[in-house]
Amino acid sequence: MRATMSVYLLGLLFGAGLVISGMTQPAKVVNFLNIAGSWDASLAFVMGGAMGVNLIATRLMPRFAAPIFGGVFALPTRTDIDPRLVGGAALFGVGWGLGGFCPGPALVSVVGGASEALIFVGAMLGGMALFHLADTTVLAPAKPAGEAGKA
Amino acid sequence: MNPDFSPLSALMGGALIGLSAGGMLLLHGRVAGISGIVGGLLHPKPGDVRWRAAFVLGLLSAGVVSLVAGFDAFPYTLDRAPWMVAVAGLLVGFGTRLGNGCTSGHGVCGLARFSQRSLVAVVTFMATGMITAVLMDRLLGGA
Repeated sequence: MRATMSVYLLGLLFGAGLVISGMTQPAKVVNFLNIAGSWDASLAFVMGGAMGVNLIATRLMPRFAAPIFGGVFALPTRTDIDPRLVGGAALFGVGWGLGGFCPGPALVSVVGGASEALIFVGAMLGGMALFHLADTTVLAPAKPAGEAGKA
Repeated sequence: MNPDFSPLSALMGGALIGLSAGGMLLLHGRVAGISGIVGGLLHPKPGDVRWRAAFVLGLLSAGVVSLVAGFDAFPYTLDRAPWMVAVAGLLVGFGTRLGNGCTSGHGVCGLARFSQRSLVAVVTFMATGMITAVLMDRLLGGA
């Protein structure tokens, strides 16, 4: 129960960070991606701040035998660069530049009730389900062993 | 430079995101990758649901807190037809699952672990995202 509460608070913290940094405003995201327009570099500062702080945690990790709330460190172990990784990232980027949302900000924005956020999240969940369907049918032979690549 | 450029709030918000990701790692041994967390909820495995649901509830609660605080955090001012938004959502959902991560999993978490896979993913989605945003700006005349 305490572990679940902790995860909940970390989710709240993550969401607060997205709101404070302006990443729940799709125009701000697109103004970063549109390098040929009136450029807003804020997103680079969000990524820099997040990575900088998270880097400290990843540096500290080897000092811990196990996570503080127990269990094991469930980290991705794959190192291969395969077509799925590149193709998936490419498709994601197109959707990101088109709608101005990536998954986290889209979820937080649902609460705001804008029709775009609702449409986006509905379609995103549909896309995830569609992937699962494709993954277990047409894409199945290409799937490497294990699920360790999850990032 | 865009007049909306906000380096301080971006850095502060980013630091909170990093604190959350670092906490997920050291406290729970998990990668704070939103697409992976949500994807796992759609096809639940026994004993693997509660933490995912708790994190997503936390994200939604952040939205509620902003609303209650009267913070106008969710303006959708992009000129996009609903069908475009739907296509964007489909691509983001399918692409992040196919590529095993999004801005959080590959970006915030993967890069901090110096993962080569994540670096390739980030460079790729940044590139296609920028190409798309520039083209949309040309086609529609402004974001």
